[in-house]
Amino acid sequence: MSDNILEVEHLKQYFPIRTGFFETKPLKAVDDVSFSIKPGETLGLVGESGCGKTTVGRSIIRIYKPTDGKVTFDGEEITDKNILKIRRKMQMVFQDPYSSLNPRMTVEDIIGEPLDVHKMYKTRAERREKVLSLMETVGLKPDHASRYAHEFSGGQRQRIGIARALAVDPKFIICDEPVSALDVSIQAQVINMFEDLQKELGVAYLFIAHDLLVVQHISNRIAVMYLGHMVELADANELMDNPVHPYTESLLSAVPIPDPKIARAKQRIVLEGDVPSPLNMPTGCPFRTRCRYATEECAARCPELTDRGNGHLVACLNK
Amino acid sequence: MDNYEHLLSVQDLQTSFTIDSGEVQAVNGVSFNLDAGKVLGIVGESGSGKSVTAYSIMQILADNGSIKSGTILYKGEDITKWNEKQMSSFRGKCVSIIFQDPMTSLNPVFTVGNQIKEAIVLHTDKRGKEAEARALEMLTLVGINEPEKRLKQYPFELSGGMRQRVMIAMALACEPDILIADEPTTALDVTIQAQILELMQDLQKKMGMAIIMVTHDLGVIAEMCDEIIVMYGGRVCERGTADEIFYNPRHEYTKGLLRSIPEGSRMKERLVPIAGTPINMLRMPKGCAFCPRCDAAMKICLEEIPEEIWINENHKASCWCNIRDQILAGEGKTNE
Repeated sequence: MSDNILEVEHLKQYFPIRTGFFETKPLKAVDDVSFSIKPGETLGLVGESGCGKTTVGRSIIRIYKPTDGKVTFDGEEITDKNILKIRRKMQMVFQDPYSSLNPRMTVEDIIGEPLDVHKMYKTRAERREKVLSLMETVGLKPDHASRYAHEFSGGQRQRIGIARALAVDPKFIICDEPVSALDVSIQAQVINMFEDLQKELGVAYLFIAHDLLVVQHISNRIAVMYLGHMVELADANELMDNPVHPYTESLLSAVPIPDPKIARAKQRIVLEGDVPSPLNMPTGCPFRTRCRYATEECAARCPELTDRGNGHLVACLNK
Repeated sequence: MDNYEHLLSVQDLQTSFTIDSGEVQAVNGVSFNLDAGKVLGIVGESGSGKSVTAYSIMQILADNGSIKSGTILYKGEDITKWNEKQMSSFRGKCVSIIFQDPMTSLNPVFTVGNQIKEAIVLHTDKRGKEAEARALEMLTLVGINEPEKRLKQYPFELSGGMRQRVMIAMALACEPDILIADEPTTALDVTIQAQILELMQDLQKKMGMAIIMVTHDLGVIAEMCDEIIVMYGGRVCERGTADEIFYNPRHEYTKGLLRSIPEGSRMKERLVPIAGTPINMLRMPKGCAFCPRCDAAMKICLEEIPEEIWINENHKASCWCNIRDQILAGEGKTNE
C-alpha cells in the first residue's frame, strides 16, 4: 500500500451546460488532474478564478460526483457507498464564514452536528464536553457555545467552521480559500491556527487559495492550475524560486510584493488578454493563447506533467 | 502659479452615519494634502474609514451619512459648501472615482458606449459623432481590443478585467485632475490585477492626473504609491512616503500589519498576528483606537488620543510610543 493519505488519479469533472434547446455541452471544470498528498502534509492549490481549484476540492469530498477518475483515501477508493464513512476522516472548511454556518443553530449545535451525523457520543453530557474542548482548541470561549453565528466577527466564524471540521478528528481537511474573506491582521491568526493544529494533530491539508504569499507560507508543495488542467507541481520554495511553466512564471511576477524597493525594481510579465471560456477551450495546451513561447506544436497536443527532477512536475512542451 | 497650495487639501474631516443604535463616526479628523501628479495610498482594514473618506470627497455618502465638520479644499475652494448642482459638475470633470466591483457600478441596460458618452456629454461640449469618437478613443487608450465592437456591447458581455477598463475609460474621459480608485483590483485575479495596475500607471504618466488609491492590499500600495496614509478606526495613525512606512514604521498598528503578512525572507517563519478583533465603531475607546490590541500600550494610551508626532520631514505617526521615554519620565514610574 502506498504511504499517501490521498491519491487523485485522472480526476475529471464536467458539468453539462445548455447551449441550445436540445443541446448541452460539457464544461470541463477539471480535466485529467492527478496528485497525491502525504499524511501531515500541506499541498497548496493555486490558480485564478474559474481554473477549477475549488471544483477539485469539492469533487474529492463528493459534493459533486466526479465524471471520471479515481480518488483513493487512506488506501480505500472513494465511492458513493462509502463516502459517509470517508467523511468521518476527511472534512472541509469553506471560504465564506457567513454563508457556511447555519444562522438558526447555536455554536454548540453547529460544532456538534458532525458528532450527531457520525453518532460519536453516548450522552448529551459527552457531546457537550467534546464541543467545549473543540472550542478551546480553536480559541473560542465556553460561553460562546449558546450564541448564534451572527454574533461573531469573520475571524471567529472561521474558527467555528474549523472546529466543526475538527469535530470528527479528521486526518485530512480540504481548506477552500479559508482566509480570503478575512482582514490581514485576522488572517495571520487563522493561518497560525492551521499550522498549530497540523503540528498537534498531524492532519493533512489541501489548501486552496489565490493568495500566493499565503500559500507559499503554509504549503510544503504547491500545485498550479489553469483552465481545469494542472500545469505545475513542485516543492513550495522550488516553485516560487524556479517557476518553469510560463503561466506560473507570469502568475508569480504579477503578485504585488509588499516592499516598495522590490516592487519598483520588478519586471512584471503582464499576460495579454483574458482567460478563454472553459466552454470554448483552445486545442492542445490550454495556456497557448496567452503564452509567449507558444509554437504550432502547442496547438496540436496537450502536454502532460513530466518530472523535471526532484519531483518538480511541469506540463509544457517548450520549457 | 495659482493661488492655492495643494490640488486637494482635506482638513479635519469628520463623517458620521446615523443608525438605530446611535451615531457611528466613520471618519474622525482625517487630514491630508494631495499634489498634482502624485499617487496617494490610503490603506486600512475593513471599517477603518478609508472608503468613507473617499466618498466624502465625492459627496456620495449613503442617505444616513453626512460630513459633520472639516473642509475639503479643491484648488483652494471648499467643496463641502457646494450645492448638488456644483457637485455634479465637479464629479467626473474634476475628480472621478472607480469602484471595487465593476459589474455593479456599470448600468446593465445600457451599452458600454452609451455610458461613456453620457459622461462626455455631461461634462464637455462634445456631442453626437464627436462624443462617440472620444468614447472610442478612450476605449483604445485603456487597451480594450476591438473597441468599435465593445462600444455596442453590454457590461455582461465583458469579463471583469474589461469592465474595470471600461470604468477607467469612463472616469478619465473628461480628463479629471484626480482619480479616486476604491479597491480597484480587489475583485480581480492577480494576472488581471497586474494588467490594471500597469494601465493605471501608464495613464497617469500620459495624462498626469493625481491618484488616490484606497486599498487594504499592502502589495498594491507598495507598487503604486508615492505617499501612504494608514488608517485605523476612522483616524489616520501614520503617514509618510512609501519607503518610510514600509521600512521605518512608527505606529504599532502599521508594524503589526507588516508583520502579519508572509513575505520575502520571513516566508517560512511563524506569522505574528495582531491580537484581538477589529474595533467596534459604536464603542470607540477613549484614548488611542488601537490601544486594546496593542502590546506596547501604556497608561496614557488608554486616556488620551495621540497627537501626530513628526518622525522626520517625510513621516508622521500618531503613537505615544514614539515619545515613550518622555512619557515614562513624566509619569516617574515604569510602564505597566
